[in-house]
Amino acid sequence: QDTQEKDKAIPPERAEEAKLKAKYPNLGQKPGGSDFLMKRLQKGQKYFDSGDYNMAKAKMKNKQLPCAGPDKNLVTGDHIPTPQDLPQRKSSLVTSKLAG
Amino acid sequence: DIISTVEFNYTGDLLATGDKGGRVVIFQREQETKSRPLSRGEYNVYSTFQSHEPEFDYLKSLEIEEKINKIRWLPQQNAAHFLLSTNDKTIKLWKISERDKRAEGYNLKDEDGRLREPFRVTELRVPTLKPMDLMVEASPRRTFANAHTYHINSISVNSDYATYLSADDLRINLWHLEVTNRSFNIVDIKPANMEELTEVITAAEFHPHHCNVFVYSSSKGTIRLCDMRSSALCDQHSKFFEEPEDPSSRSFFSEIISSISDVKFSHSGRYMMTRDYLSVKVWDLNMENRPVETYQVHEYLRSKLCSLYENDCIFDKFECCWNGSDSTIMTGSYNNFFRTFERETHRDITLEASRESSKPRAILKPRKVCTTGKRKKDEITVDSLDFNKKILHTAWHPMENIIAVAATNNLYLFQEKVN
Repeated sequence: QDTQEKDKAIPPERAEEAKLKAKYPNLGQKPGGSDFLMKRLQKGQKYFDSGDYNMAKAKMKNKQLPCAGPDKNLVTGDHIPTPQDLPQRKSSLVTSKLAG
Repeated sequence: DIISTVEFNYTGDLLATGDKGGRVVIFQREQETKSRPLSRGEYNVYSTFQSHEPEFDYLKSLEIEEKINKIRWLPQQNAAHFLLSTNDKTIKLWKISERDKRAEGYNLKDEDGRLREPFRVTELRVPTLKPMDLMVEASPRRTFANAHTYHINSISVNSDYATYLSADDLRINLWHLEVTNRSFNIVDIKPANMEELTEVITAAEFHPHHCNVFVYSSSKGTIRLCDMRSSALCDQHSKFFEEPEDPSSRSFFSEIISSISDVKFSHSGRYMMTRDYLSVKVWDLNMENRPVETYQVHEYLRSKLCSLYENDCIFDKFECCWNGSDSTIMTGSYNNFFRTFERETHRDITLEASRESSKPRAILKPRKVCTTGKRKKDEITVDSLDFNKKILHTAWHPMENIIAVAATNNLYLFQEKVN
């Protein structure tokens, strides 16, 4: 019975892959291919333009560092939000189920 | 701030760290004195300076981080020390010099620098040098800019002490230390059509003795050795190192975890070491088809790859280093653990760099990660590892058994106990 179990044993990597595919069925066909390389080449926070960047930097100097808490992140109606106001979120390769 | 690079100089007397805020902090080893025997080998702050500032690329509307990616020392040629520090786009040569004398008795100005009235200057005197408190000054001597479209991941000083290379994701450039307005491109792997991009350069280093030889590693787990004598553009490699993969074990994660995050030649120049996500491999430069040694750093993570992909940890770039005699190699892991492997004896040890686990001068206790169901006392289970505490940067003194370990924003220095 031991040898039977060994034959059926799935390598851990494959089991993990199955888990990932189950969570994200639309994950790219090319494993570790162009998608994540392109993301690597384009690393860096993008701004709309240099004016946007400079204004955001100036605001950062005047403001206190935002602390964690849902109410602090609610920036509505007060001023135009800058990238620094928005909660930090790393872009991920896995597209949300809402997209396409 | 978060430490992003650690590097000893050639004698080991100086240790430089770079951080995410663009600052460089240099530590100097205290000299042994009879009156303070306990401070043997202690490193204290020698100099601190702001190497890089955040910049903005107007053409692409991208912020250029000031984070120091790498520091490399130049061999010492006079009383001053020189190092190269780089962020994503610009490399700078810094001169660190000591000033312990000051000139006094100028003819034309007072001691506080104000110009003297001409009619008060009645006699000529020769200024004399007087001792003053030691001052360490860092000044930028060269700025090597505008040569990289992509993000610089490595710099390496050549053994000719006149040139160095800088590598980004797709290109490697060769510089002369005296020339800032020109650099030569020696490797270009950018495809004509970016859709065809399959791999990027992850690290590059010059051979320690042969000034015409360098290697670069890729995100596909391969290493190419190039000889600059063969052609001006080294797109054709001289040697190609790749371990054959078992096709039956290939998965979505295979390529990602095979990506090499660091490559380092041994001091002897005979071997090179590569670090991929789960292991460290030692290659004999004379054998291209497989490494001669493979060390598992944290094999227990193989069954956690799904969550490590989701939290991006699978993309963490760990570095590795050799000790001075090439007998031992070291690399970091998670939970502030780092590992050393003795090549001859096959002994390996896991240690922890944290304030809670060790008092100054106390001997470090070996740590163990429990991989089976039954956890022994003092062992840690894989699930309770802290993946935010990663040791990516470590350095080994070139001659002695002193190691520097960067744990997020703390620097730890460990020394071999001398009986």
